[in-house]
Amino acid sequence: MKARVTVTLKTGILDPQGKAIEGALKSLGVDGVASVRQGKVFDIELSGSDTAKAEAALKDAADKLLANTVIENYRVEVLG
Amino acid sequence: MKSAVLVFPGINRERDMARALKLASGHEAQMVWHAETSLPDGTDLVVVPGGFSYGDYLRCGAIAARSPVMDAVRAFAAQGGLVLGVCNGFQILCESGLLPGVLMRNARLKFICHDVHLRVERSDTPFTRGYNAGQVIRVPIAHGEGNYEADEETLKRIEAEGRVLYRYCSADGAVDEPSNINGAAHSIAGIVNERGNVLGMMPHPENHVEDIMGCTDGRGLFAGLVAHLEKAA
Repeated sequence: MKARVTVTLKTGILDPQGKAIEGALKSLGVDGVASVRQGKVFDIELSGSDTAKAEAALKDAADKLLANTVIENYRVEVLG
Repeated sequence: MKSAVLVFPGINRERDMARALKLASGHEAQMVWHAETSLPDGTDLVVVPGGFSYGDYLRCGAIAARSPVMDAVRAFAAQGGLVLGVCNGFQILCESGLLPGVLMRNARLKFICHDVHLRVERSDTPFTRGYNAGQVIRVPIAHGEGNYEADEETLKRIEAEGRVLYRYCSADGAVDEPSNINGAAHSIAGIVNERGNVLGMMPHPENHVEDIMGCTDGRGLFAGLVAHLEKAA
């Protein structure tokens, strides 16, 4: 089973890397960029086929390690 | 003072730290590998040194914070044992939940390696009793992610409880925007936990302890710890 955990910064947390990327996009002349926030994507292969179990395991992984919930939110998706 | 210095893959300041501890206490520090599940008997102080544990993968300090030895450090701290984390060590203590908040990328994105001034906010703690309250000391920093952040409520609480022990300041002690080198909230350079026995700080006091280093302002921190433990014993 393939799954994806997406980790993003919470609203209001300063993101200097996102700001730098935003500036670079503007200087490249990419139109219409209002703001950029940088995050992380984890593509995870799971053994087993129980979707509910997989979601629970991914949530556990995100809470324990993949995200720092002081500053980050995460989203878990089982892609099948 | 019996010190245990934790060693994780990618840590590189453990020998500087051990040297400073030996100088202050007269005792050799014990190096403790991250895979250990206990601390040496009679440990008075655990030090989490600086460096780049696990290459700063995922988030700085995140993987080291989950290593086996950190369970022993949590238990040690819960019993009131003294824990000092410097630089990557501060990041590891935040990631392990021993200290609140997080160290983010420096506001101006650059890795910064030079001396800074710190204002010692109070002198009545084990980690500052070698200084006077309001004293300005000069110590080096070397980090890319030292921008301390926490939510408003946490910041309010740590300020109200007097848990900020060191703040970035100018040479004459002014805490202002230009001296806040990495953009940290409230110019925070070092904080303690609620109980006051766990300190995390970004600057490196261990690198200003001998005349050959050009400055000995870091000595006070270690001398203070030794004095605190002697008094307790």
